[in-house]
Amino acid sequence: MVEKQAEKFRQSFVTHVNEDRLMDCMRCGFCLPACPTYIESGYDETQSPRGRIALMKAVQDGMVKWDSSIGEAFDLCLGCRACEPACPAGVQYGTLIEETRDAVNFAKDQSWKEKVVRKVAFDHLFANQKKMKTAVKLVTFYQKSGLQKAARKIGFFDLFPSIKTMEKTLPHLPKSRAEYIRHGPAKAKVAFFTGCLMDTMFNETNRNTIELLERLGCEVIAPKNQQCCGALQGHSGEMDRAKRNAISNLVAFDRMEVDYVVNNAGGCGAFLSEYDRLFEVDNELHRKAKEFVAKQIDISSLLFKMGIIDELEKLPSQESSKIITYQDSCHLRNVNGVIHEPRAILQSIKGSTFKEMKGADLCCGSAGIYNLLQPKMANKILDSKMNEVQKTKAVVIITTNPGCLLQMKAGIERENLSSTVRAVHLVDYVYEQIVKV
Amino acid sequence: MDEHVKEQLIAVTGIDFAKTTTAQKLSYSYDATAGFQAMPDLILSPASINEVQAIVKICGEHRVPIVSRGSGTNLAAGTTPTSGGVVLLFNRMSDIVELDEENLTMTVQPGVITQEINDRALEVGLFYPPDPSSMKISTIGGNVAENSGGLRGLKYGVTRDYVKGLKIVLPSGELLSTGGKLTKDVAGYDLTSLYVGSEGTLGVIVEITLGLLPAPKTKQTMLVFYDKLAEAAETVSAIIAAKIVPATLEFMDKGTIETVEDYMNIGLPKDCEAMLLIEQDGEPVVVAGDMEKIGMLCKENGAATIQFAQSVEEAERLGTARRVALSALARKRPTTILEDATVPRSEIANMVTAIQGIAKKYDLLICTFGHAGDGNLHPTILTDVRDAEEMARVELAFEEIFHYAIELGGTITGEHGVGEMKSPYLEWRIGEAGISTMKAIKSAIDPLNIMNPGKMFAKETKKRIVVKNG
Repeated sequence: MVEKQAEKFRQSFVTHVNEDRLMDCMRCGFCLPACPTYIESGYDETQSPRGRIALMKAVQDGMVKWDSSIGEAFDLCLGCRACEPACPAGVQYGTLIEETRDAVNFAKDQSWKEKVVRKVAFDHLFANQKKMKTAVKLVTFYQKSGLQKAARKIGFFDLFPSIKTMEKTLPHLPKSRAEYIRHGPAKAKVAFFTGCLMDTMFNETNRNTIELLERLGCEVIAPKNQQCCGALQGHSGEMDRAKRNAISNLVAFDRMEVDYVVNNAGGCGAFLSEYDRLFEVDNELHRKAKEFVAKQIDISSLLFKMGIIDELEKLPSQESSKIITYQDSCHLRNVNGVIHEPRAILQSIKGSTFKEMKGADLCCGSAGIYNLLQPKMANKILDSKMNEVQKTKAVVIITTNPGCLLQMKAGIERENLSSTVRAVHLVDYVYEQIVKV
Repeated sequence: MDEHVKEQLIAVTGIDFAKTTTAQKLSYSYDATAGFQAMPDLILSPASINEVQAIVKICGEHRVPIVSRGSGTNLAAGTTPTSGGVVLLFNRMSDIVELDEENLTMTVQPGVITQEINDRALEVGLFYPPDPSSMKISTIGGNVAENSGGLRGLKYGVTRDYVKGLKIVLPSGELLSTGGKLTKDVAGYDLTSLYVGSEGTLGVIVEITLGLLPAPKTKQTMLVFYDKLAEAAETVSAIIAAKIVPATLEFMDKGTIETVEDYMNIGLPKDCEAMLLIEQDGEPVVVAGDMEKIGMLCKENGAATIQFAQSVEEAERLGTARRVALSALARKRPTTILEDATVPRSEIANMVTAIQGIAKKYDLLICTFGHAGDGNLHPTILTDVRDAEEMARVELAFEEIFHYAIELGGTITGEHGVGEMKSPYLEWRIGEAGISTMKAIKSAIDPLNIMNPGKMFAKETKKRIVVKNG
């Protein structure tokens, strides 16, 4: 039985995980100091990129027989990809861990709990924007009805400790908005990838995104029928589901005469910018994906290009000198290499002092649905993060991705800091400066 | 390993600090050396010298091998658990114990990351010079056990030159203290020196007292590019002959420059044949004078371009570019095997030429970089471990490189250590008397051979190859 299962995994690793990609790793260990789970586990090689790659290889070669300890090492990977820029050998770790998760899913009978989470998350919520909207309506109802208060009192969420803090941090949803297609003098034509979470839970941020871009002279259109980018599915080894979403989006954005396709969620942006990797090179979809990828840009970079800094510098100077800090979105930083722009924007804001937090480049522990599946490690990482936040004495933590934003809000709740510290999306913070003054 | 012994060992640290799963054992089965891997039976993280002593005693009683491991960046298969047994980790013994500004020493536990020692010293205007390329990852315990070198070796020497005292748990479990903060101390044999570079074969290093220097006031960095490899090598000899000792004098060949540029994107010209990275530190006036003279020597020896770093950040980037060379080379082929052959400085040009010839002879891709100023080169063969025929040629090529290095008055390893990988060649360098003396020391201190067995001494020495002339 054990033998048979081990062979099933080995075979699946042979089929799904690219051997040449594994061989790229020469085990120098340069990735170790960049890996949040390596650090948080007290330097456990098993929880490092080098260790995980060695495990992938060992399973594939039959050097070890599959057991739950190996599965756990892969499950505990955040997928933050901080190891990639740290790797001189150019190992494509992100692809390897996705292939591995695909291999594991293929070989494994998923546990009941995980199946339910995956089913609800991937087949329903993230697969379809309409369902997402319905779900969010339910959340709205739940919040408005006072059930939220009640649930908190009764302790219903004690059953799910990580959801409990998350639940406290769900933003109060604004009322539904008018479809936002506006026209301004076009300095650039921009198609807006709204993002499923951003469009529902954070739709105010989306409205602010459009307004800021319009103020900077962009013409912004938001193509209908766009779907969730597919990142969460892809990162969890649900490649087929991810591809389905990618195809929908390639259709929705097809033949659009725009200069940029902008997004305001770091995680989505990274996945969108690698759509071409999902398809075989000679495929028509690959060609379309290439075109789509070439136009991708994140909101910080686009605001920067369109001259947001000049606008911010025109604002009257202010007395207040509160401290603000920035938490990198892992994928925005590690995949798209956007490090400078958000910081430059925040530094040019008057009336607040930008202070770099130590380890801003390390994952906050949100990592898609990681904080739901691996609450223990996620909270360890979050506690270290909040410790660093507090050292900066910042009263505003700025992020550029909805997952990070929710996680930072959860961190503020965990540390009982909600009366003094808040977490805000970069777009909203800039909007506050420019529009609300 | 006997289950009962395992339980006893785990009881020392407690189960929370013992690693026993398949995944964990596999993760401690390798280091940074291609082609070497072996599974340990158990991985332990002791918290104190007492715990290390208890573990060593149990292992002695039951003949269980002990492999001390830092961060596993070893390049000679020195930390692979070749005969199974216990891997000892120092992640819980990773404190800086004391920084003594009056005696210019720092006392540390073995698990401290090398970079941290550097940073802490600099905070108070002091300087710990050894800077192996892996310093952001490697531990000081590993550096001491391997007597690691680095980019500043030319002017400042290697780890050995800064180790003033050690605490060692002997294979018997007894605690040995050697040396200390004294500048002068000739009481008996120099056991500190014996343990530096002993590769974990004579005991477990549990505390280290390091000597520090006042930090140099300033540093300047220049990059020099050449159209001919030989001209770069000749420049190195010319600089040394002019009685200038730069802090750093590093060399990279064309292949290395290409891959480093692919990773770093810092504008290194991919069409040049060789590059030197030269640094000088010290008093501003002296540094300026030296750099000017070095610049002249570079030009006289045919340098195509000379470029000065304009800022501290730029200098740092250039240093990083050199440090990532080995890993960046892994981009070229699936397997990266590097060597550490070292020759007298005056022979650098001959050695570089010999390596080129050997690459051609065996039809292999060899890229070379290294610490040219101290004669320590890293010829790196880019190959594929899955191709048996090519691997056979790789082995021949390395043997020939070792052979040449020794002919030129050099050694088989300058700074990476012998480990398992180079043990069959050790006798080439130190001779029969060398081997028997070392074996006598080993069996006197570790009669049961529980300390990192299978390293340093090979079952059989490789036969010296006969290289035909011409």
